[in-house]
Amino acid sequence: MAETAEHSSPEQFKKHLGQYYVVFVALLCLTAVTVAVSYLHLKRPLAIAIALVIATVKAGLVAGVFMHLISERKVIYAVLILTAAFFLLVLLLPSLTIFEGVVV
Amino acid sequence: MSAHAADAAIPHTVEPHPVTGLPNGKFGIWLFLASEVMLFGALFSSYVLIRTQAPHWPPEGGLSSEILNVPLATVNTAVLITSSITMVLAWASCKMGRIDRFRLWMGGTIALAFVFLVIKYFEYTDKFHHGHFPSTNNFYAIYFTLTGLHGLHVVGGIIVNTFLLTIGTRLWKVDRDHFTNRVENAGLYWHFVDLVWIFLFPSLYLL
Repeated sequence: MAETAEHSSPEQFKKHLGQYYVVFVALLCLTAVTVAVSYLHLKRPLAIAIALVIATVKAGLVAGVFMHLISERKVIYAVLILTAAFFLLVLLLPSLTIFEGVVV
Repeated sequence: MSAHAADAAIPHTVEPHPVTGLPNGKFGIWLFLASEVMLFGALFSSYVLIRTQAPHWPPEGGLSSEILNVPLATVNTAVLITSSITMVLAWASCKMGRIDRFRLWMGGTIALAFVFLVIKYFEYTDKFHHGHFPSTNNFYAIYFTLTGLHGLHVVGGIIVNTFLLTIGTRLWKVDRDHFTNRVENAGLYWHFVDLVWIFLFPSLYLL
């Protein structure tokens, strides 16, 4: 979809504007949902899971459509996979402190 | 400094580089965003560590949503999301050859960025009036560090976008595709700033 949006003529391009508005409305709705859910005061693990799932879906929409990642060059995917791996490492690094003092 | 510097055009501003298949600027901005992920990632990781090790969160008791202003932050989330679509439309206007529409959408994007900062200013000053500073406790230290760094990124976006809306537009008359690519790259950065907020908002205010 966005592949053609990137390289299409001005006339064809107009047709792809619709998906930007759809994503915009979806992002606003998901924001409303995540705030509404927070007022339910669910148990913390469930609340964290729901909030992070909604945030990830929103991030996916922004990255996929606004940043047109759904139709990007392979080299950008490669950079992002590497980034994701290091990001996870940074997130998990503090948990290594659990093993501090453990004699192997 | 060379007199011939202007003649030595930077390659691949429009034509894709044969190795990456991308104009150099776009590849560069993605590498920059990768480093930004690590910057925010390290701080986010610190947040997770400090929070999971704390006996109570927030340390003073209660809930994050009772201490921070959720309605204002919700409005700010909507403001940033709206500024993301106006940014896309600014780029789309360039693609369609409508520089007049570009000015309209880019002006809107910058205006919304200012609205975000003004709301943030009211949030911050309210905290200061109540004697809550980054030094108060870990909760406020993390809140001010993460939202402050994000706010600086919003300021950075305003500077780049204002350049593109004013003197930067000169390039449009010389090389439309090059200018359009610059708008796209500024957009990639701007959407990333929106993306960071999408994670900051629930993790700081709601959970």
